[in-house]
Amino acid sequence: MRVLIPGISGGIARRLALRLRDSGHQVAGIDIRPWRDAPKGIEVHPVDVRKRAAEDVFRRWKPEAVVHMATVTAFTVPGGERGRINLDGTKALFDHCATHGVKQVLFVGRHTFYGAAPDSPLYHSEDEPPRALEAIPELADLVAADLYAATALWRMPDVTTAVLRLVYTLGTPGTGTLANLLRGKRVPMVLGYDPLFHMLQEEDVVTALQLALEKKVRGIFNVAGPPPVPLSVIIKGTGRTPVPLPSALLSVLMGRAGFPRLSVGATDHLRYPIVVDNKRFLEATGFQATYDEGRILRAYADALPVDRAGHGG
Amino acid sequence: MGDAGPPCKAHARCYGAPVPQSESLSERVERLQLPFNEYGVDPYGISKKHLKLALEFFAFLYRNYFRVRCTGVQHIPKTGRGMLVGNHSGGVAVDGMMVLTSTLLEMDPPRLAQGMLERFIHKFPVASLWASRTGQFTGLPEHAVRLLEDDRLLMIFPEGARGTAKLYTERYSLVDFGTGFIRLALQTRSPIIPFAFLGGGAAIPTVTNAYALGKLLGVPYVPLTPYLLPLPLPVGLEIHYGPPLVFEGTGDEEDHVIQGYVDQVKASIQRLIEDNRAERHLRRTRRLLP
Repeated sequence: MRVLIPGISGGIARRLALRLRDSGHQVAGIDIRPWRDAPKGIEVHPVDVRKRAAEDVFRRWKPEAVVHMATVTAFTVPGGERGRINLDGTKALFDHCATHGVKQVLFVGRHTFYGAAPDSPLYHSEDEPPRALEAIPELADLVAADLYAATALWRMPDVTTAVLRLVYTLGTPGTGTLANLLRGKRVPMVLGYDPLFHMLQEEDVVTALQLALEKKVRGIFNVAGPPPVPLSVIIKGTGRTPVPLPSALLSVLMGRAGFPRLSVGATDHLRYPIVVDNKRFLEATGFQATYDEGRILRAYADALPVDRAGHGG
Repeated sequence: MGDAGPPCKAHARCYGAPVPQSESLSERVERLQLPFNEYGVDPYGISKKHLKLALEFFAFLYRNYFRVRCTGVQHIPKTGRGMLVGNHSGGVAVDGMMVLTSTLLEMDPPRLAQGMLERFIHKFPVASLWASRTGQFTGLPEHAVRLLEDDRLLMIFPEGARGTAKLYTERYSLVDFGTGFIRLALQTRSPIIPFAFLGGGAAIPTVTNAYALGKLLGVPYVPLTPYLLPLPLPVGLEIHYGPPLVFEGTGDEEDHVIQGYVDQVKASIQRLIEDNRAERHLRRTRRLLP
């Protein structure tokens, strides 16, 4: 299969590209970020997905499947630009897929879409509306991109579209929202709360994406690994020290005194759980995570011990 | 109904429980048949560590402060799904706490009753944490269905917040029941184990409920007692479980059918209250006589 991966220079996308190539697929990617030592057999096009040059890649390379990983989280890119990447980029990609006969699209989204609230169900199903916007307006463009991708299910009936809502990734490169939270020696918590966190090791993320692609799943799916564990367990399990702080003080200290930078609304994620029901995905693909919660935490602690992580490892 | 069973000789205050009292509380938590992971946490976030600490406190209240008399635990399934459905008694959650403690202390093997809480609980720090870690979740249909399909034991008070608002003079009455629990039982094919909770009204003798103060604090109301604060008095409490009620259906029945089932459950609980209330009165009278 000819698979195009927009956002190919990201950590997970690179691993996916290698895995797909090794499984016999032809792989190419689009990303304005460089992948300097991209291995043989993987074409990387250094273009912006929103620009005409990206459409030329579709026209010339004729991908059969697209794995859209060119979205950014609320905390890595400032507001306006983030909206343009997530929304305009997603729209452009789906337009190119429709125009150039792509048969299958995977949109890689996030489980934070469901939002964290005191009265929401512990396990979120795919049929639930997005509540993230109430507490974290910074997630609006990601939620909108997710919903736009889902409209392809009826707008583009000839294309097999799957929207995958992945839980937090925790792996050895130490990238991603949860990994950033755990980067320092001391990790903040909201005093009086200890929410459950769902996580998936990056190799398992790659496996899940490959399965979704090869099984040609269609629809909206939550993708999770082992059962969720409390944040305090994650912090201690990775060799860090939990620091419970009143939420008002925490809001002031975010990004200061060695604490990670999070948006103000994100403190709700430190109060209430966002946990997903992944039954639908398991049934559709037979996916089974190889890393349990203990192995994920130990692997992270080994790869990023506190000293190394504290120096930006 | 309300079979007392033989009194437990090993513990003078234990009624109808064949469970050896020599077993430590920690061992009882260890014996819970829940899928705890290596960190002692189950997929719902229930934590052995928190359960053990909570049980230390609850068991003290259960055995020494409220001297709870519990009968009919043999009606609760030892494994598999079930719904404990009973009356609210007392202005704060003493009834839920003691029911939860009764299944942990009196059943063999012990089981964890998981309550369906009012929505406001999880808004509060510490309360939210402890409720979550001991398996007490917001009363949402999604939670109830999932837990029952996972073969858990649910604890439901169908009177809701109106039930805890009962005044001292109304302590043995039942207010209107919701109907959702019956549809839930039918949909998940779960047996309903009715229970009567007696004594909560005397332990927390509510003379009035301060609704304005409650609104200020973010709760439905604050029960006020003759001594103002709703702190429970050391009054003997009773929990009486009745034989399971099993209804046939899909949960999509007409309202009048569902209401008929609700009335049967309500009548069963009322009967347990009345029968045991009479016995409770008799026992107290005997105790006062020379």
